[in-house]
Amino acid sequence: MNATDTARSSNSSWHRPRLLGISAALLLVLLPWLGTLSPFVLSILMQAATYGIAVLGMVVVLGYTGQINLGQAAFFGFGAYSVAIGTTVYGLGFWPVLFIGLVIASIVGAALGMTTMRLGGHYLAMITISFQQIFDLVAVNWIDVTHGPDGVAGIGRPAVGGILLSDDRAYLSLCFLVLALMIALVAWLPHTRWGRAMCSIRDNELAAEVVGIPTLSVKIGAFTLCAALGAMGGGLYAAGFSYISPDNFNFSRAIEFLSMVLLGGAQSPFGGVLGTTLLILLPEWLKEMPKSLQFIKDVYLVIYGLAVILIMVFMPQGIWGLLRARFNTRSVMPMPAATLSFDDKDESHAVLLQVSGLSKSFGGLRAVDGLDLVVRRGTIHALIGPNGSGKTTTLNLISGIYRPNSGSMHVEDTDVTRKAPHQRAALGLGRTFQNIRLFSSMSVLENVIIGGQRRGNPIQPGEYALAHRAHAALGFVGLDDKCAELASQLPYGHQRLVEIARSIAGQPKLLLLDEPAAGLNQTEKGELVELLRRLRDEHGLTILLIDHDMRLVERVSDVITVLNFGKKIAEGTPTEVLQDPAVIAAYLGDTRGVS
Amino acid sequence: MDLTNNLQVLFQGLALGSIYALVALGFVLIIRAANVVNFAQGDFAMVGAYLMVATLGAMMPYWLAFIIAILAMGAFGWLFNVAVYYPLRHRSFLPVLISTLGASIFLQNLVQAIAGAQPRPLPKLLDFDGFLVAGVFLDSQYLAILGCTAICVLFQYFLFEHTLLGKQLQATSQDKDMARLLGIPVALLIALTFIYSAALGGLAGILVAPILFVSIGMGSIIALKAFAATIVGGFGDVKGAIVGGLLIGIVESFAAFHISVPYKDAYAFLMLFFILIFRPQGLFGEKISEKA
Repeated sequence: MNATDTARSSNSSWHRPRLLGISAALLLVLLPWLGTLSPFVLSILMQAATYGIAVLGMVVVLGYTGQINLGQAAFFGFGAYSVAIGTTVYGLGFWPVLFIGLVIASIVGAALGMTTMRLGGHYLAMITISFQQIFDLVAVNWIDVTHGPDGVAGIGRPAVGGILLSDDRAYLSLCFLVLALMIALVAWLPHTRWGRAMCSIRDNELAAEVVGIPTLSVKIGAFTLCAALGAMGGGLYAAGFSYISPDNFNFSRAIEFLSMVLLGGAQSPFGGVLGTTLLILLPEWLKEMPKSLQFIKDVYLVIYGLAVILIMVFMPQGIWGLLRARFNTRSVMPMPAATLSFDDKDESHAVLLQVSGLSKSFGGLRAVDGLDLVVRRGTIHALIGPNGSGKTTTLNLISGIYRPNSGSMHVEDTDVTRKAPHQRAALGLGRTFQNIRLFSSMSVLENVIIGGQRRGNPIQPGEYALAHRAHAALGFVGLDDKCAELASQLPYGHQRLVEIARSIAGQPKLLLLDEPAAGLNQTEKGELVELLRRLRDEHGLTILLIDHDMRLVERVSDVITVLNFGKKIAEGTPTEVLQDPAVIAAYLGDTRGVS
Repeated sequence: MDLTNNLQVLFQGLALGSIYALVALGFVLIIRAANVVNFAQGDFAMVGAYLMVATLGAMMPYWLAFIIAILAMGAFGWLFNVAVYYPLRHRSFLPVLISTLGASIFLQNLVQAIAGAQPRPLPKLLDFDGFLVAGVFLDSQYLAILGCTAICVLFQYFLFEHTLLGKQLQATSQDKDMARLLGIPVALLIALTFIYSAALGGLAGILVAPILFVSIGMGSIIALKAFAATIVGGFGDVKGAIVGGLLIGIVESFAAFHISVPYKDAYAFLMLFFILIFRPQGLFGEKISEKA
């Protein structure tokens, strides 16, 4: 097989899922017209389709972004009540009120996200539950608007092309069409910048922020999309059943949505829809059981609760996850060989990073104490010092993970002291972590692409240039042949290299390396030294690194700064610094020389 | 008259708040020891109340029924640890959180399958109705709640600050790996925390049942207020849980009295949103950032 054949065959394998999806969607839309379905079956299908859309929202928030939402039934309710009240009380058409419902749910979702997302997962769980409870209270008690426990009846259906969809089969076709479109949207999402950003947050939020993902905005965006999908499902549900009451939108329903997505598999829209279908059909199957097994129906919810625990313990990826693991076919779009290049080559040795008077205390401990540091372009600058001397704290301050108590930091002429990590990444700060932080459930290539999609990366717009850049970065560290593998399955040393590739894909001006040689053997260390030198000499990259291996530091660095007790005790070329009595004293534990 | 009414409301708010504080306390202890937000915490109260119904139904004298119910809650806490937390202890917080949610659904429906959906009454702890002091009626059950809460808070303070076990528990909550290296039996201490916190929850359920009736859903609403209490007080802070619980009880009682009863349960959540916007770390909380 020659090269063009390979390209063509992988190309067709690239398009096959799309064809399959379109035919499946067509089949779904035609499903209500195949054979005569009883009104009961139609209503079950209508339930599955509308719940399915709400569950897709859970896929985005839980499966992709790794955030919890225990109030999806309330968002479902926003859509349903908008359509219900809009069509019955105000006599408006279905589409405008559905749109209003989507807008309300999105605004509420965004507001919830903005107040809660910066606080972390536990809070989100509690806030969404609280929100769900308030929704329930209002739906029951605000009788003037919601009609309270009596609910709203006579809800209107939409018209398509001037024809009112009063026939259940026609309406069901519409629901399936919307479902198919939403599945397509949610399935496409992980192949976009935004979707990749979500998944990176799920896998490692801190790393995502540091490589340049605006994690807060992306999380709020994901939550808003989830709320909108919930409202869309709810609006279609209300019109489909023409009657709603508050108990359709209470906490149990929210838990049902959660269970559906967990059972099916939260990381895929197909899993979500599968779980929805199974959990809607299950009670019906139980009714068909022989008399001797009828008791199961009575303890159905007991089993339900137990099943949630068992899924968490034994099947965290859900049924779809199990299926996919069995038929795993990872494919990567073929791409011509790429070589790494940096646009920003500058031989001037001008000041790139200026740190002045930087201090950081943890309680009574002054981890960094009035540090001044200047890193010049095109140099490899090492930060060394005994354990607890404040090296990693300094790096965390520079990359923005910690806020300093005092002092300032400038990258070129920009004051970054108050900037968030992702904003610093946008200014050209890249970094790796001492304890490797890769996006472990994503492929090596995806990991590196996420590094490349930072704002301000001087590459062509578009997915192709991004993938090209990622391949080039992987090629530079010698791992392009591993690009389709899962990041977590690589050996330790390779994982370190992927982290470096992830940073350099973003074309940083300054690369911060936190103990890049930790855990590497002698050969790997030699290769690392070579790699770092090539980055500096061929590409003009500036590097600030921490390491404990003095031989490595000596071989690779132009300037060494020595820290002890958060203060700078020496600075200069490797030969100067490593012979400095204060430095020797600090390392050997003699404090007399330090004063 | 108005002052008397307000004092009456304050008294009830304090008692109600004590119940939230007791559940919140158990909740915070589990957060600290295992870094788990236990969504079945309210169901500990529900299970405790039903155990009390069962032991009283077995013709035991009240004090024996009480002791057996609390001990049984301890055993239940251990079981909960083994079944719901332990298998997931190495995973991130989300699977554990979802697992406790599953446990909550499981417990509520299991108890309903056994005991039926009908709410049950439970006799008061003390054998008299209460006192009338300056026009304020001090219900004996409310007094019992306040007394028991005070005893538990003092006991816990003593346990944590003045015993070796308490220091080990603190060490475990701060750094599990380091604690393990120092020879502290971390898994055992976490199991103990679940046992103690289940007993606390059960106690709260038994105490509140004479006022609210014993029902399947009694735990959920208490738990939600307790969650709100922990955030208002400061996430994972023991003092905060107590103050937050009392505060929510009081605010809720006054708002129900002066504003509107049907929305009684919403005030705690409104307070929660308010705190999150203006003081997200809670009254006693500190801002903690993740280590790189």
